[in-house]
Amino acid sequence: MDRTDAEWIAAARHGDAASFEPLVKKYQGRVFATARRYARRESEVEDIVQEVFIKAFQKLDGFRGEAPFEHWLMRLAVRTCYDFLRGHQRHRETAFTELTESESDWLDRFVVEPDHASEDADAARELIEKVLSHLSPPARLVITLLEIEEKSVKEIAQITGWSVPLVKVRAFRARGEMKKILTRMTKDKYL
Amino acid sequence: MKLNALHAKLIAAARKHPPSEQVPYAFEKRILSHLGDRPAPDLWAMWCRPLWQAAFSCIAITVVCGLWAYGSGSKPDAADNFSQDFAAAVFAPMGERIEDAW
Repeated sequence: MDRTDAEWIAAARHGDAASFEPLVKKYQGRVFATARRYARRESEVEDIVQEVFIKAFQKLDGFRGEAPFEHWLMRLAVRTCYDFLRGHQRHRETAFTELTESESDWLDRFVVEPDHASEDADAARELIEKVLSHLSPPARLVITLLEIEEKSVKEIAQITGWSVPLVKVRAFRARGEMKKILTRMTKDKYL
Repeated sequence: MKLNALHAKLIAAARKHPPSEQVPYAFEKRILSHLGDRPAPDLWAMWCRPLWQAAFSCIAITVVCGLWAYGSGSKPDAADNFSQDFAAAVFAPMGERIEDAW
């Protein structure tokens, strides 16, 4: 018989770790996808996911059941990813490493004919990952949530625990940061 | 180069390539092996949290009362009148007895 999330949570709250397993199985895919937005190495992704579920288990008493468990868990996942970004801030790439041949070709195509540089291309995906890896942690988080995942400012405020005006300020700064990075990248290539 | 267009294009590329939801084999077992038993609830922390909340409320009430007292205490005439009235009320029966005695 399938039990609901609430029943598994109630059992896990009483210290039954085995009851937490179905919840892990159900939601680990989404947590992995979230972690992969912020970490590139698979070992780092696995560490983040592990930390998310351990924190979730330890903080189960804080889950009031007002919102779905998935929302609470994803909020925890995003905050853990943000902590990961801040913890690895020193390792953030500061200098632009050379673009690969495919990335360079894609950029050339974009310069000549912007409409013909397809966003489906792997090169475009690699390029945006490279650009995001140069952003500061708050800027990367805001760009990811606001522009890539297309969440509203209010949703981001709820996920991050920041106030709405702070999200707006950080979004403005993040766009500026990204513009600077794109300028540097194109300067390095064309000048 | 149109940087805004490049920005939009790269963001569109990121949207079109959502990260994979693939999970390593038996990953949930790895997590469960780290969970073990839940730690016993920390009674000291459970006691301290409401205590701190109560302390902050008390401080806030004290500050408000202090400000109110300071504000109302800035009228010396009113305070003098009150003390005089109070003294008169307390000593009134004594005065009557003294007059009766004379």
